[in-house]
Amino acid sequence: MKKFINRWVVLMMSLFAFVLNAAAQTNDQPEMADAMRSNGKIYVVVAVCLLILFGLIAYVIRIDRKLSKLEQQKD
Amino acid sequence: MHKSWWKIAAVVLLVYTIAGGFLMNVPRRFILNESIRNLYFHVCMWLAMMILFGVSVAYSIKYLRTQQYKHDIYAAAFAGTGLFMGLLGYATGTIWANYTWVTDQGQSLGTILKEPKLLGAGIAILIYCAYFVLRGSFTDIDKRARVTAVYNIFAFVMLFPSIWIIPRLVGSLHPGSPGNDSGNPALNFNDLDSQMRIVFYPAIIGWTLLGVWITTLKIRIQFLKDKAMLQ
Repeated sequence: MKKFINRWVVLMMSLFAFVLNAAAQTNDQPEMADAMRSNGKIYVVVAVCLLILFGLIAYVIRIDRKLSKLEQQKD
Repeated sequence: MHKSWWKIAAVVLLVYTIAGGFLMNVPRRFILNESIRNLYFHVCMWLAMMILFGVSVAYSIKYLRTQQYKHDIYAAAFAGTGLFMGLLGYATGTIWANYTWVTDQGQSLGTILKEPKLLGAGIAILIYCAYFVLRGSFTDIDKRARVTAVYNIFAFVMLFPSIWIIPRLVGSLHPGSPGNDSGNPALNFNDLDSQMRIVFYPAIIGWTLLGVWITTLKIRIQFLKDKAMLQ
């Protein structure tokens, strides 16, 4: 009898947990940076990252040009 | 700058990667949240690394077939850039894992340290580090080229079990492995969202082309050095 009650309690608890979990799933969406998108601050991030990228690319181009010059001197 | 069309392509693709990667829609997932955008940066580092290692081993085989010294220089330069990309991939992965596995999933440090994908990637990177240790330990150029070309083939072969196969056989927190029931929808190619693919694939090409560009600079520096040495 005791075993039966134990099982019953476990079953009820798991059902309860399941329902709670399902409710939680439907209520809140995964949190995203929607505020950043709506007030346009995301463009600041994009601008900063693009500037860094352009800086790095310009650096690589400069090294490329210098190497070309050196190669011409050697030949 | 000669042969510059693919360098322009690299710049255009990388600009598109950053602009599209931050601004375009991504699927809403728990735990990952906005960090899903790391796919365009972290994962691309690893893919660029693998492509560069593949080119490196191709030149190593070419060296063994033709015994031309320039192929050895190519192989070493591509392996070097590939290793650098791999280190960047590892470093970015530690940050990403810190905020998705440790903070959000509450994984213990023990689970993270046992993580097969991290161990495999660490082993692969160390094997390639040994390639450069081996290169540095020779004084004879021909011997160095021959031995390291053979070692490079071994290192590339070891990449497959350590990065691709073993993490897929055993359970792992990292996406794309079985037994991944930690609430993280595996971001493997089967369920990779189509709206992410239109940024992801150009991003791989862009980062790889940037790696190739840097590699060509290294190769040209090495040629200049060798010319100076011979004169």
